[in-house]
Amino acid sequence: MEPEIEKIMNQWIEVGHVDDVPRLGSRVVSSPFGDIAIFKTKDNQLFALRDKCPHKGGALSQGIIHGHKVTCPLHNWVISLLDGEAQGFDEGCTTTYQVKTDGSLIYLALSETAEASQTAAT
Amino acid sequence: MKEKLIVVGNGMAGMRTVEELLKIAPDKYDITVFGEEPHGNYNRIMLSPLLSGEKTLEEIMINDLEWYTTNNITLHAGAEKHVARIDRRQRFVFSEDGTKCHYDRLLLATGSKPFIIPVPGKDLKGVISFRDIADVEIMLKAAKNKRNAIVIGGGLLGLEAANGLQKRGMEVTVVHDVNILMNRQLDTQAADYLKNELEHKGIHFRMDANTSCLEGNEYGEVTAIKFDTGETLTADIVVMAAGIRPNTQLAETIGLYCERGIVVNDTLQTYDPRIYAIGECIQHRGEVFGLVAPIWDQAKVCANHLAGYGIGMYKSKAVSTKLKVTGVDLFSAGDFLGDNDSEKIVFQDPGRGVYKKVVLKDNKIIGSVLYGDTVDGSWYFQLMRDNTSVADMRDKLLFGQHMVGDSGMQGLNATANLPDDAEICGCNGVCKGDIVSAISKSQLFTLDDVRAVTKASASCGSCTGLVEQLLQATVGGDYNEVASEKAVCKCTDYGHEAVRNAIKDKELKSFHQVSDFLEFKNPDGCHVCRPAINYYLLCAWPNEKVDDSRSRFVNERMHANIQKDNTYSVVPRIWGGVTTPDELRAIANAADKFDVPCVKITGGQRIDLLGVKKQDLPAIWKDLNDAGMVSGHAYGKALRTVKTCVGSEFCRFGTQDSTKMGIELEHMTWGSWTPAKVKFAVSGCPRNCAEATIKDFGVVAVDSGWELYVGGNGGIKVRVSDFLCKVSTSEEVKEYSGAFMQMYREQGNHNERTAPWVERVGLSYVKSEIVDNEDQRKAYYERFLESQKYAQVDPWKQRASEGVEKHQFIPLTQVS
Repeated sequence: MEPEIEKIMNQWIEVGHVDDVPRLGSRVVSSPFGDIAIFKTKDNQLFALRDKCPHKGGALSQGIIHGHKVTCPLHNWVISLLDGEAQGFDEGCTTTYQVKTDGSLIYLALSETAEASQTAAT
Repeated sequence: MKEKLIVVGNGMAGMRTVEELLKIAPDKYDITVFGEEPHGNYNRIMLSPLLSGEKTLEEIMINDLEWYTTNNITLHAGAEKHVARIDRRQRFVFSEDGTKCHYDRLLLATGSKPFIIPVPGKDLKGVISFRDIADVEIMLKAAKNKRNAIVIGGGLLGLEAANGLQKRGMEVTVVHDVNILMNRQLDTQAADYLKNELEHKGIHFRMDANTSCLEGNEYGEVTAIKFDTGETLTADIVVMAAGIRPNTQLAETIGLYCERGIVVNDTLQTYDPRIYAIGECIQHRGEVFGLVAPIWDQAKVCANHLAGYGIGMYKSKAVSTKLKVTGVDLFSAGDFLGDNDSEKIVFQDPGRGVYKKVVLKDNKIIGSVLYGDTVDGSWYFQLMRDNTSVADMRDKLLFGQHMVGDSGMQGLNATANLPDDAEICGCNGVCKGDIVSAISKSQLFTLDDVRAVTKASASCGSCTGLVEQLLQATVGGDYNEVASEKAVCKCTDYGHEAVRNAIKDKELKSFHQVSDFLEFKNPDGCHVCRPAINYYLLCAWPNEKVDDSRSRFVNERMHANIQKDNTYSVVPRIWGGVTTPDELRAIANAADKFDVPCVKITGGQRIDLLGVKKQDLPAIWKDLNDAGMVSGHAYGKALRTVKTCVGSEFCRFGTQDSTKMGIELEHMTWGSWTPAKVKFAVSGCPRNCAEATIKDFGVVAVDSGWELYVGGNGGIKVRVSDFLCKVSTSEEVKEYSGAFMQMYREQGNHNERTAPWVERVGLSYVKSEIVDNEDQRKAYYERFLESQKYAQVDPWKQRASEGVEKHQFIPLTQVS
């Protein structure tokens, strides 16, 4: 991996202000790995997922958010914001990313959740 | 610590309740189940195909022993686990072998017992009932080395047993005490068709026959049946299938109040508040149960109360019956006999073996019997449950729902004779074989299950009827789920009308007020109810800011149609389909400037710019706005297009100026949000070049005025519109069409086009409101014009020039 990219992956990147993402809405962060959707749920929690439905690549950022789930606008697959897993009988998974807030700023880590959760926990 | 739930009875009712409970409150209880049979939980409806050899034991298991382990359920199975005693004061259950368990909540699901007719010899060896796997095993053993089988009872169960035994090679005689087979479900004519068919298969009948005794040999084995006429018949095995009775033995022993069954209230609670009961053992408002559909409903309600949510009441609904005998097609529902106050419409074709009868009262279906051709059973049943007036379709009723053509399935209406590779769902490419095997393999019972697993009928829904047929045929006859999807979605049990009434009566102004007030299971709702309720809110409160873009489907939020590659399409409004060179130049310039990959003429006389990138939308709209064009709402549940033909201005046949009429109508109706998309058309003469008679609202010019048509559709189900009335002036056209729009806006369910809406409420009703009642019509029209005052705002201009929802179109940030 390019050292530049590796550097980006291992750090928290400031992506915006918490008020930039509307409640029950989302915003998109463009990245070298494709678009990443930042979701804000009713309870003001933030989630970050690759903006691509595991089914046919629909933009999840354009879906309706309900609970900790989002419905893909293309064929109504319901994707969990917690782990990116398709719900019900549908099978597939979208990459999730770590996201955190510090004060009123949103930070995103581009390493995939599996590794990032270790660092986030400490 | 978890509370303890004990379930007595390991049958379908009890385990369905447990499954429902695990879905909504998986951690609330430690669950213990007592069952007298040494198996897991199996599908009792499938005993008939098990007997006839069409299914194997594995195929009819719903939950094997592993399922209990996985879900941490303690299962006490076997005869020695028969529950002998319950201490209600200390709350302990004791089984025959001394197992003792404490409970906080107890669920009785003890099912039913076969009714054994009290004749001498009823206890002889070889006299059995048809209730469980053990009975089937005895029958299968008998079929191997015995010859003569007698089935007492010519009802549903008896005939299925007879069919199974006959298929296993036995000589079978059915003994029935009246002259009508399945007299609880069939009338004389249908019963005669059935009897002929079964006789043809080789089953014998003794009708009007009363058994006086069963005779046995020195080993205590049954050898013959004797009738009160003195006649005897040889019998190696006698199956008693003369009905079932609720099994209340345990409940009575412990002093629970029972009548015919264990008496429960609307929450399935017995007279002891810690004890619930469900299934064939209960009596609810005087009614006892024998079919699976109502029991599924009970399981839902009961689980909800066990989980402590305390919502949901069990209401008994009409049920229908089908016979599970291969090659015999019959359907029965409701009051199929009728009385002096009802009417019967009958269709008979003995040559094809087809008999259909629908019983009407006040033009509503109250019952039906079908033999030989049961395709429309679920349709009649739905009309009956919905209490729909059939006044407007009496002439076609018995010819079936398929009088309206469906697209994408070659006009198929019956699935029974199709090969496995026949495509049922044309949207998702699902074949009959896929659906049938998914139903048996994944133990699917409802249309929703089938949709979720196979995707069949999950897109446009036009094949729903076919999928339902497969479900019925595969799951089995006495199960019948009709797509009476009254509830808005899975988040609530309330239907569309109840939600709308609550919004009005309680002055609810946001989705969350609605979901709070109606106690939705999911406070945020889902992608089905959020847009629906958002629409109901903005229809109810047109001049208040209740619209929530986050409850809108993407297309209505972005004001463009999302495409498969996440680009969008842009369709400017072209009033009445009439454009100008300047508009065309502006569209061409925009297409060039934004590298639009495809420019297409639509069916609604518009120009579609396909493949526009999300971030370019505001700018392309700005260019179109600057040329005087506005959003065409090609993306919304809204007035889409008013299509016109040339009309009297140029056409040598035209009788009126249809283009002018169309443009005026479009100016009046554009911007209006509706339950589903709405298309208009205006034709200048009866040649009808604008195809106005397959539109939601069609206007056809004649020399003396305008003919108005409603409820047409050219899509999934082609439906020719109904003639509403004829008017003389263009002002009247506007008034009637505006009134119709508003009536549909106020009464149509979200996502229900005008075609099914008109069918649901009946054309007579629409006429009575719009044509016959002038005050009513004017009131609708006024309400429509009032709501249009707030709706006719160009959403493109707001976003292109006024900065509305700007964040939708630009990334939060770019990480490089």
